[in-house]
Amino acid sequence: MAITKIQAEGIHYTRLNQMIRKAAGSGAEEIILEGVMGQRFIADGLTGSVQITIHGVPGGDLGMFMRGPTCVVYGNAEHAPGNTMDDGRIIIHGSSGDATAHSMRGGEIYVRDDIGYRGGIHMKQYQDKRPVLIIGQEARAFLGEYMAGGIILLLRRGRNDSFSQRGIGSGIHGGLIMIRGRVDEWYLGVGARKHEASKDDMDLVIPYIREFCNLFSEDPSSYLSSVFTCIRPASARPFVNKYTWE
Amino acid sequence: MSIGTRPLRFLVDLDHEQCMLCGRCVDNCSYGVFRMENNRILISSRNCVACHRCISQCPRDAIRIEERPVDYRNHPVWTAKAREDIYKQAETGKILLGGMGNTLDYPIIFDRIVLDACQVTNPSIDPLREPMELRTYIGKKPKKLDLFRDPSGDVQLKTEIVPNLQIETPIMIGHMSYGAISLNAHISLARAAAASGTFMGTGEGGLHEAIFPYQDNMIVQVASGRFGVNIDYLSRGAAIEIKIGQGAKPGIGGHLPGEKVCGDVSCTRMIPEGSDAISPAPHHDIYSIEDLKQLVRSLKEATEWKKPVFVKIAAVHNVAAIAAGIARSSADAVVIDGFRGGTGAAPTVFRDNVGIPIETAIAAVDAKLRAQGIRNEVSIIGSGGIRNSADVTKLIALGADAVYIGTAALIAMGCRVCGTCYRNLCPWGIATQRPDLVGRLDPDEASVQVSNLIHAWTLEISELMGAAGINSIESLRGNRDRLRGYMLDETMLSVLDIKPVGA
Repeated sequence: MAITKIQAEGIHYTRLNQMIRKAAGSGAEEIILEGVMGQRFIADGLTGSVQITIHGVPGGDLGMFMRGPTCVVYGNAEHAPGNTMDDGRIIIHGSSGDATAHSMRGGEIYVRDDIGYRGGIHMKQYQDKRPVLIIGQEARAFLGEYMAGGIILLLRRGRNDSFSQRGIGSGIHGGLIMIRGRVDEWYLGVGARKHEASKDDMDLVIPYIREFCNLFSEDPSSYLSSVFTCIRPASARPFVNKYTWE
Repeated sequence: MSIGTRPLRFLVDLDHEQCMLCGRCVDNCSYGVFRMENNRILISSRNCVACHRCISQCPRDAIRIEERPVDYRNHPVWTAKAREDIYKQAETGKILLGGMGNTLDYPIIFDRIVLDACQVTNPSIDPLREPMELRTYIGKKPKKLDLFRDPSGDVQLKTEIVPNLQIETPIMIGHMSYGAISLNAHISLARAAAASGTFMGTGEGGLHEAIFPYQDNMIVQVASGRFGVNIDYLSRGAAIEIKIGQGAKPGIGGHLPGEKVCGDVSCTRMIPEGSDAISPAPHHDIYSIEDLKQLVRSLKEATEWKKPVFVKIAAVHNVAAIAAGIARSSADAVVIDGFRGGTGAAPTVFRDNVGIPIETAIAAVDAKLRAQGIRNEVSIIGSGGIRNSADVTKLIALGADAVYIGTAALIAMGCRVCGTCYRNLCPWGIATQRPDLVGRLDPDEASVQVSNLIHAWTLEISELMGAAGINSIESLRGNRDRLRGYMLDETMLSVLDIKPVGA
């Protein structure tokens, strides 16, 4: 496998992205970035199938507009990894910040630990493109706000209490949020409704749970034997009864 | 319902003597006003919106439309509109939505500003025989140029010039999305932009493949819903525009109703057919100027710094300070949309009451950027209620680099400003997705009409410039000495930074 190593410490993100594009363009199958220290926009708008292995902490908007590549982060990621991402994978061996998977329209994001506020905000799906965000531990308030499509799967590793973050699926009009364990009605956002996951719902997400466990070397059995709560939109057209014509 | 039926808005009358029963009115009216029964045309006036499609097609001029044939008792406070809005909201309990721009009778500042002309001492220039420079470059300009002499003795440029858009006329076509308007309307505008050497905005509706041939003249929009946005879309555009707000509805997002999301619209927006396309009020990754800078730079990174990035905001009270922030965000142009800007649909309370006029906004932004020494950092594009070449000329003299026209371009294609764009029934084939109606708009004709309009205005601008002794648009830009305020009060004159007539 053709591997390119880049020492990223002290390099501006524009230069770093130029180096990544150049390496990917000249046939690298894996690009290893060492010493990443908050550089934003890594793999922004990048296409193809290259794997970018990131050691350190990538800055905001990792993999924005990306279509195809895989980013594996050994560390935490800043805010909005996978922003408006089209396809490909982001695998974070750590946690990520607010608005993770913002407006994501395809591909998969696996976060081993936690994400910040407004995770999966305005994710959307179209035809065969269904983005998936899978979080191993916890998420903060407004998970799946304005969600229009795709799947958010929150595994809550090691927790057995009910999920108590406010505004879940606030303004949701498409897609599915699945949370392991119980969710109190009070924590649902406007326009969201919940029900216990059915066998069909589980069948939909089991491949992702298995893949998550495979990526982070976990045993899936405790997840697979758990009860999940599904959160779905009360309506695909939440605003239809709000307006009248002049 | 105790409120009962309201008086007719329009009375449609047919002169049966003139009528030859050709039935064109029946075929053309998409609102169901006319029907043929027993060899006679019958009329349902209540359905009429005054789109004038029937009038335009009647070979005998047999149709007459009268507005408000039975009005309410006249009252200066309780106008017919005030009363009818209340009836409607009393019946429904809902937010009122309307189409097109601001309907309130605010004074139009453009009409209180007059232009200058040369007499005797400073001869005017005849554009017929003298070159007039209307070409404009939209984008960042360097503060200074560094030069060096190469070994052969030639002088070379050392300063790196960032990409600019070159426009042959200061008139561009603003962002109206495919979805809000039809594909034929989009194709017509795109062809007109290409033929006129100018640019057109996509709106937040993605880019249909039928527009690909004109992509070099397209400015692709990225709004809060991120509809249709992917790396191909960003790469195709000549420039990218981030939409923060719009003059017709500052501070709120947009909803394209599911009825207008047909197969093709669903495809360019990349959302399921029949679902509402909801653009939230804020961008979820922008809560500050620093965040805006990040989005600007993310778009530049994605397109390898080859495309100018514009930021569009609605003209609101603090527009100057906001524009100064945008100028420092790496953006190449700030677009300011005044409170007369058009729309397919907006809550009427916003459309009619929120925002400020474009004339004051442009003057304030230009003054603020000059005061801070960063006017070169961004171009200023003004829009919202620009009706003719005089408005364009005055706005440039107030500090704009170029303008966007929207409604004017639609009128050039036949739009009668009936304001019912949201009903998907536009009989002119402009604001509709119904295939039979869309088919009525012929892009071959409509594109010529739009380029005629731009051409005619451009000619008039060069005549106005010549009369004022100006031969380059650069010398007109921000040239307030060429403007005088007529019947404007002192505070307004000071905001616009112009003198009164006679001074």
